[in-house]
Amino acid sequence: MPNYEELHQEAQTRLLELEGGGKPWIRVGSAICCEAAGADETLKAIHAELETRGIEANVNIVGCLGLCYAAPLVDLQKPGGSRVFYGNVTPEKAAELVESCVAGDDLRPDWALAYTGRVTLDGIPRLDDLPVWNKQVRIALRNCGHIDPLDIYQYIAQGGYAALDKAVNRMTPEEVLKEVQDSGLRGRGGAAFPTGTKWGFLARSPGPVKYILCNCEEGDPGAYNDKGILESDPHSLIEGTILAGYATGSSNGVVFIRHGHEGPIHRTERAIEQAYELGLLGDNILGSDFSFHVEVSLTGDSYVAGEETALMESIEGNRAMPRARPPFPAASGVWRLPSNINNIKSLAYVSEIVSRGGEWFAGIGTEGSKGTAILCLSGHIKRPGMYEIPMGLTIRDVLEEVGGGVSPGERIKVLQTGGPLGGVLGDEAFDVRIDFDEMSRASAILGSGGIIVGNETVDVVDLIRVLIAFNQYESCGKCFPCRLGNTHMLEILERIYEHEARPADLQLMERIGNNMRMGSLCGHGQLGYNPVSSALKYFGEDFAAHMEEGRSPTGQSMTPVFTPQRTRSRWTSAQPLELRF
Amino acid sequence: MASGESLRERISGALAGQSARTVTVLSSLLAIEDELGYIPPPAIEQVAEFTGSTINDVWGVASFYTNFRFTPPGEHVVELCWGPTCHLLGAQQIIQAALQTLGLNEEGDTADGKVSLKYNTCLGACPQGPVISVDHKILSPQSLGVNGGAAMSERVAELVSRLRNGTS
Repeated sequence: MPNYEELHQEAQTRLLELEGGGKPWIRVGSAICCEAAGADETLKAIHAELETRGIEANVNIVGCLGLCYAAPLVDLQKPGGSRVFYGNVTPEKAAELVESCVAGDDLRPDWALAYTGRVTLDGIPRLDDLPVWNKQVRIALRNCGHIDPLDIYQYIAQGGYAALDKAVNRMTPEEVLKEVQDSGLRGRGGAAFPTGTKWGFLARSPGPVKYILCNCEEGDPGAYNDKGILESDPHSLIEGTILAGYATGSSNGVVFIRHGHEGPIHRTERAIEQAYELGLLGDNILGSDFSFHVEVSLTGDSYVAGEETALMESIEGNRAMPRARPPFPAASGVWRLPSNINNIKSLAYVSEIVSRGGEWFAGIGTEGSKGTAILCLSGHIKRPGMYEIPMGLTIRDVLEEVGGGVSPGERIKVLQTGGPLGGVLGDEAFDVRIDFDEMSRASAILGSGGIIVGNETVDVVDLIRVLIAFNQYESCGKCFPCRLGNTHMLEILERIYEHEARPADLQLMERIGNNMRMGSLCGHGQLGYNPVSSALKYFGEDFAAHMEEGRSPTGQSMTPVFTPQRTRSRWTSAQPLELRF
Repeated sequence: MASGESLRERISGALAGQSARTVTVLSSLLAIEDELGYIPPPAIEQVAEFTGSTINDVWGVASFYTNFRFTPPGEHVVELCWGPTCHLLGAQQIIQAALQTLGLNEEGDTADGKVSLKYNTCLGACPQGPVISVDHKILSPQSLGVNGGAAMSERVAELVSRLRNGTS
């Protein structure tokens, strides 16, 4: 097996060929957003146009640059030139780009989004100068949108796997663990537990077989950053996982993905194969004594499968229902062996932390939340996308400057953060900083980083109804306070929405919420009342309009009540419920 | 599929051909679903035998995950996202338009077996919302050449009606 120096040399040679080989280099965004926007057709059009004109070019896919509002993205780099990005490239536009930019010399500044590189281009802004880009600090997303996720050498050329080489050949596991502890990294999956502390638990558990589980279930609507990383830069996850394995003395890693997400699954599997081929996975990694194996495990459609103990049940092939704790996973996890569950984003930071040191990472962000937040903006926002910003910016800064403000509409009324168990925030909370603790004090959670933006036309009662419908649909059913509580809350919200509220309804929901919090094994039930409580805190007038005045707060007609049916029939006013307090 | 190959053989083939390193009840069911598009009742028994579990356990898993279905799907599978982002951007109109065009009251199959309509909690392309998927290809207002959710509902109605009439 080659050593790291040889691998890096080879990667550099290949990169030089791509950049300086005399052929233009065309990269086409091909993560899920770009594909939804038609990237496949764009790619085909580029190939067809190149062939028609008899032009030889290096064409490869890249993952998600995060500028999803401009999907599908294409960028061109002519030999010795700068790299120019173009947005919303339809197949027709792609053919024209090949004609004018590749065959000809017109870079079409009118279409260009931005450029990077040494050669200054007139009439096109630098990527670093774009408001959407200049606030970002890209650590976990460092390679996303830049490298071909199917080519391990492009990752290595950017310094990939150097941290692994440093760790297994020149550091002890304790030293690696200490760097992660010093970094102050907290888990990015939602619970924000300190990653180093969690790893410390596993390091102390007896081996030899211990598991590092990488959670990419990512069922949160509005969040796509885990899948985005796997689609764009799967090796950053693989490297982080191996490093976690080394620091904790583990032997196995499992990447857990929901079936059907072909992009992330295929690219992760491919990355694992390549890492094995080059001796970066398997026995005696990079010539050291350390051995580690990684596999992909697929789950079915179940939101709760993303909960750490339910995830282990799913890997074992069972119904994804949470287990009671203790024992905690570090003592008895998957297959009853010591395990650690980490979010994809948390692991994607690790190689940079090991390379640059924990102190460097701890220097970014706020006192309690170190590093960056990886946010997914969607909804009524001008520039929806996946952005990595330092912790501590205010929500308003992110929305206005990175996201470009509300669109369509006049003002942002409501934000839904942290997935369907998170909460909603109103205008008075927009000056809160992006920080785990500050956001939870404002009754929302940063969670996995999804921020859904709603403008003034949004009826918050309607939004909450949809969130609770989601939670009801996805309750695994193990704990009855969650299973029945969500069903009952949804019935009440439907009543409120249809102006048929009863006086005690808010009180009743609060009681249900308390029971859910106390009587459920996992966050799905424990946090299930969050959407309602946060909505009542910020949007009491929306509820009052429905409940007291019998009107919609936005003056719009009701959208038909649609909720998928699962283990319940819809409430009808013909079957009144007996309420006893 | 080789002609004349029995259902049982196709199921056995799917079970034996699993690429996952760790074979479980769930991985086996997913393999069968990938091969056939559904879980025919005899497969439950075969999975139980293959994985050394009980029929009861296998039914338990198969009935838990909402992706499994037990009858053959329609020729085309249309998934409609109703996650909060898509909801805010007009998913309700799209769902109504698709249901109406296909003459359905809720998710399910058209009587002629042409289209299976399915709700999805999040297809994962939220910035492009509202999104739907047709035979596992995700479509957005941009790829359908329209601006916004309201215009998209008309396009979705045309699309599903073409799928049902077999002209697409």
